[in-house]
Amino acid sequence: MMKIADRDEYRGIWVIAEVNGDQISSASFELLSKARELKEQGQIKEKVTALLLGENLADFPEKLAQAGAETVVLVDNPALRYFQNETYALVLQEIVTARKPAILLMGATAVGSDLAPMLGAKLCTGVAAHCVDMRLNDTGNLVAVVPAFGGKVLGDILCPELRPQMATAKPGILGKAVCFLAKDYFVENYDASEILKKDRGRVKALSVTYKSINGVPLEMADVVVAGGFGISNKETWVLVEKLADCLGGAVACTRPPLDEGFAKEYQMIGTSGKSVRPKIYIGAGISGATHHICGMKDAGLVIAINNDAKAPIFKVADVGVVGDAAQILIGLIEALQSGKWDEICVPN
Amino acid sequence: MELKIAVCIKSVPDPDYYDKITIDPKTKTLTRKGIPAIISPGDKHALEAALQFKTINGGIVTVISMAPPDAKKESYEALAMGADKAVLLSDRAFAGADTLATSYTLAQGLKRSGDFDLVLTGTESADGATSQVPPQLAESLGMAHLCNVQEFSLQTDGDIMATVKMDSAIGKYKIKLPALLAISRTANKPRYKTAMSIIKAKKKPLNIMGNETLQADTERIGQNGSPTWPGDITIPSLARHGQILGGSVEEIVEQLITKLRLAGASSVRKKEKSV
Repeated sequence: MMKIADRDEYRGIWVIAEVNGDQISSASFELLSKARELKEQGQIKEKVTALLLGENLADFPEKLAQAGAETVVLVDNPALRYFQNETYALVLQEIVTARKPAILLMGATAVGSDLAPMLGAKLCTGVAAHCVDMRLNDTGNLVAVVPAFGGKVLGDILCPELRPQMATAKPGILGKAVCFLAKDYFVENYDASEILKKDRGRVKALSVTYKSINGVPLEMADVVVAGGFGISNKETWVLVEKLADCLGGAVACTRPPLDEGFAKEYQMIGTSGKSVRPKIYIGAGISGATHHICGMKDAGLVIAINNDAKAPIFKVADVGVVGDAAQILIGLIEALQSGKWDEICVPN
Repeated sequence: MELKIAVCIKSVPDPDYYDKITIDPKTKTLTRKGIPAIISPGDKHALEAALQFKTINGGIVTVISMAPPDAKKESYEALAMGADKAVLLSDRAFAGADTLATSYTLAQGLKRSGDFDLVLTGTESADGATSQVPPQLAESLGMAHLCNVQEFSLQTDGDIMATVKMDSAIGKYKIKLPALLAISRTANKPRYKTAMSIIKAKKKPLNIMGNETLQADTERIGQNGSPTWPGDITIPSLARHGQILGGSVEEIVEQLITKLRLAGASSVRKKEKSV
């Protein structure tokens, strides 16, 4: 167990940021804004620091500063071009051990969900996985709120005796990043060439190929139009896509449209897919099995359209329509396309 | 040399019964009474991957689990699916473990059960779904690892070539054995057990180990070995008003548009025209 005196050496909040291709992961921005909130809450003096590993990183510090980073530590090295868990963890372990942040946050992305537990094991400390919220308690310890049983249960996770206190969060879950005036941020270039010589080379990336996604990414969308089992043919599925398109939103699905081949895996909402928090969620032909509801329960306005009045989705919806999803979708699309949408009087 | 393959499986409450989970008001702990346990669905993909790998490359497949003694049922199910041996780590001292303590305990169990070349896991369990055990188990074993593996094959040079799914990318990786691979749920379709395979499973070896046999460091198992502490738990209410709209399709559409506009939705087509 770590002594309290040693624990006190660990200070400040760090976010391990992530670049995917030529873009910073939205989770990194959201975590930085959250870190600023925690800093304020705990009246923490140390600067919120973003740590970024990769190659050709010069364009990114300003973007990280706009999301809340006050210091950006860059580890820019050709050996870090592709994500290799063993290589990245080696560098991170060296920096974190030397710099001793009290709180260390990462995205619960493919990369973050691999690195965070690895680093937790190397540093012998605790990691709270994919938390939906975080705060400091009255002793200044991090309290991470973590879902279990597909989101049915929320539990607080603490790591009071060891440091750093680590946590990950999925993109889109902590709320949108705040925009900061990035003028006084500090950039530090960290030379990892010595530590990289110790890379055992057991894991080698041969290539990483980025796929392009059509339209707005699901986690980022303000409007999500989701289709389920009730959307039984391709023609009706096209209506789901069209409505999302007209509203500038993203298309989502439950398992059946995925199995039918209408939708893609990255569009699935639920415990085995994504969790989303859009302003508006429209569920068409979705009955509302627990594992789907867990992924959309935090949406703003929930509209459910289903022909079965007993469908459980209606219990978690603000507005319900019992009827044929296709007819309603067609009606909405026509109103949006014809201009009728704007003619309808909306009370202030 | 015969390849030694281990598959980690977890017993979890059946996700179809999550509605029945409640919090005991006195102890403030979760009550799972009456909820049947199953093999965490993702882990069956790891077992299927191991069985397919064995068909191609030969080898022996051992399933390992850390759970209360009742989980023998899940061990036998894995044996019925085709595993050759099963190991069940079962001791009260293991209870209350977080991912780090669980990984340490599983690593000790694996080290005692053989010199494994390949350890396969699912990507995440159905209940906690942290995805943290695969990387932490690999660390405990001193093995290299890959997460979210979609496909993998043994190369002539003795390394594994793997396709890995990332959020918006596909990675091709080469990894040296011994290694741990967390297998994606989209990697394969797990096989069913048959009446014959269930009968055969009963004759396969199941080794139940407590800590007397395992001799794991008591400071690193169960609650003692867990850096994270659980705090309050809540079951948030998800119920909403559920106003059902009536009228003709046209009337319903009009009401929906009002609701949507009040919530801040706008027509993309219109916006583009006005620019």
